[in-house]
Amino acid sequence: MVAAAQVGAPATPTRAWSEPVAFAAMVLLLVVLPAFVYPVFLMKALCFALFACAFNLLIGYVGLLSFGHALFFGWAGYVSAHLAKVGQLSFPFWAGGWQWIVIPLPPLPPELAILGGTATAALLGLIVGSIAIRRQGIYFAMITLALAQMMFFFAVQAPFTHGEDGIQAVPRGRLFGLVDLSNQTNMYITVAVIFLASFLMIYRIINSPFGEVLKAIRENEPRAISLGYRTERYKLMAFVLSATFAGVAGATKAIVFQLASLTDVDWPMSGEVILMTLVGGLGTIFGPVVGGFFVVTMENYLTSIGQWVFVVQGSIFVFCVLLFRRGIVGELARHLRVRL
Amino acid sequence: MFEIFGVSSQALFGQLLIGLINGSFYALLSLGLAVIFGMLNIINFTHGAQYMLGAFVAIFLLQYAELGYWWALIVAPLVVGATGIVIERLFLRWLYQLDHLYGLLLTFGLALILEGTFRNFFGSSGLPYSVPPSLTGGQNLGFMFLPNYRAWVVAASLAVCLATWFVIERTKLGSYLRAATENPTLVRAFGINVPRMITLTYGFGVGLAGLAGVMAAPIYNVSPQMGANLIIVVFAVVVIGGMGSILGAIVTGFGLGLIEGLTKVFFPEASNTVIFVVMAVVLLIRPAGLFGRST
Repeated sequence: MVAAAQVGAPATPTRAWSEPVAFAAMVLLLVVLPAFVYPVFLMKALCFALFACAFNLLIGYVGLLSFGHALFFGWAGYVSAHLAKVGQLSFPFWAGGWQWIVIPLPPLPPELAILGGTATAALLGLIVGSIAIRRQGIYFAMITLALAQMMFFFAVQAPFTHGEDGIQAVPRGRLFGLVDLSNQTNMYITVAVIFLASFLMIYRIINSPFGEVLKAIRENEPRAISLGYRTERYKLMAFVLSATFAGVAGATKAIVFQLASLTDVDWPMSGEVILMTLVGGLGTIFGPVVGGFFVVTMENYLTSIGQWVFVVQGSIFVFCVLLFRRGIVGELARHLRVRL
Repeated sequence: MFEIFGVSSQALFGQLLIGLINGSFYALLSLGLAVIFGMLNIINFTHGAQYMLGAFVAIFLLQYAELGYWWALIVAPLVVGATGIVIERLFLRWLYQLDHLYGLLLTFGLALILEGTFRNFFGSSGLPYSVPPSLTGGQNLGFMFLPNYRAWVVAASLAVCLATWFVIERTKLGSYLRAATENPTLVRAFGINVPRMITLTYGFGVGLAGLAGVMAAPIYNVSPQMGANLIIVVFAVVVIGGMGSILGAIVTGFGLGLIEGLTKVFFPEASNTVIFVVMAVVLLIRPAGLFGRST
């Protein structure tokens, strides 16, 4: 079956000057903004923007809607917080009764903690991805949602996550043993560098031959198969990459806020990242960044209205799906006739 | 009293009964999802919120109109179905030409709006709804105590499920419905008003969710988030059963409820996750689902 309208932007023709210019503007903003805006807020927005970029890699360029990306974001946060605060790893295994293998590690420096969280997200992405890509479309969304909910219950029950309390008072530590991250400026620069590096990597992936195959799968999977591509493998690889970058975002956020909690693994978080990407523009490069900043700013202003936040979020969903499917950046790109 | 595998019969059958009750709700909800998906090609994420709405309508009827459970059982599904028809006319009908995923996103947004509104007015704590007087008490079956209301829920939902199956698979109306699912253009050419059938199907599907909500009200607390977690489990049930067959949805719903009940007896830590584990195993062995046609 050929779907009439695909998720994500249609392929735009030539590569243009617009992308480097927009990127330069973004870097400039990241340099200038801390003088005007509270850095903790900026760091939060950057983490969510990266999370949305990771998510967009899947929905925007492969056309797969994952409803469970909080799983990678939240679990990377838990592992990174645990490594930075405790370090010691214990794995249960079954040998007639539950036993524990204990790997005695000291609390790790932040770069290794983030790396550990990211590796966990990649591994989870491999497991979840290889189950979920067995079905397409609507089923894919339901399967990822269900598996994420399963891992949410693990997070509630596993002792190391401390259930409702979460892992609190995580030390930010010293980056490479040199840079003191408890200094807000140092932390901001670190987060900005992680964000920009990941952003460039995602950009590179999208514009590589691999990325072109992904777009071919999005447009017409049977045709990609008939051209000889093993689309399952490409989809799995894209899923793992998306989970990995979501993990980078989650692990970094845990270090910045010195906290890993159930909020980050629960399904509303999966919904939020979809909202960010949708508002910014599915299948655009800068859309998720704009969407991430938009949603985080909105929630910042709306903290006083309590539960109405869900109503506002829901209304934005309805509005975007019915009338604003290209999103902010998608509309902008269309009016300026450039690629963004 | 006797024991089975070191578990008292009271505990075992008690949990199996709870499993059967949960299974009734899984079956009713996944049946509605399957019917809606068949006609609209939309996975209705609002289903959980509409189940919650049904329970709240029952409470409102009691508070403001002093109409009890039996009235609620008739009125609430009609109210929820009517709101469903409004939703279909206002929002969903614009999406039929688009990718299925937009339907999921839109109904997700609607679910957030509904649940957020109710949470704002009623908080997170639940409201009680009492069992109707004619169904209080229970039977002592010797090996377990069976509350009348729970027996009623299992019997009633089974009856509703089978009636739905009968209407869709064995009547003229059902044959139109199945034909329109296969090829709407051709059915329209025969002079049947397919858009109206689509609207009514959505109303009927969410009406089933409202009915489930009323039946659940005396068992679980009525709270704004009662549907949110349930709908995720029901999605897993739908993935396991596959949406191709009505009977499949019913059997899978009851079966998984029982499996969940058994897990509560023998390995309680896993009772929250067992359905998701079953889903993963089924996907590895039979990707199309137990009753599904391959896509």
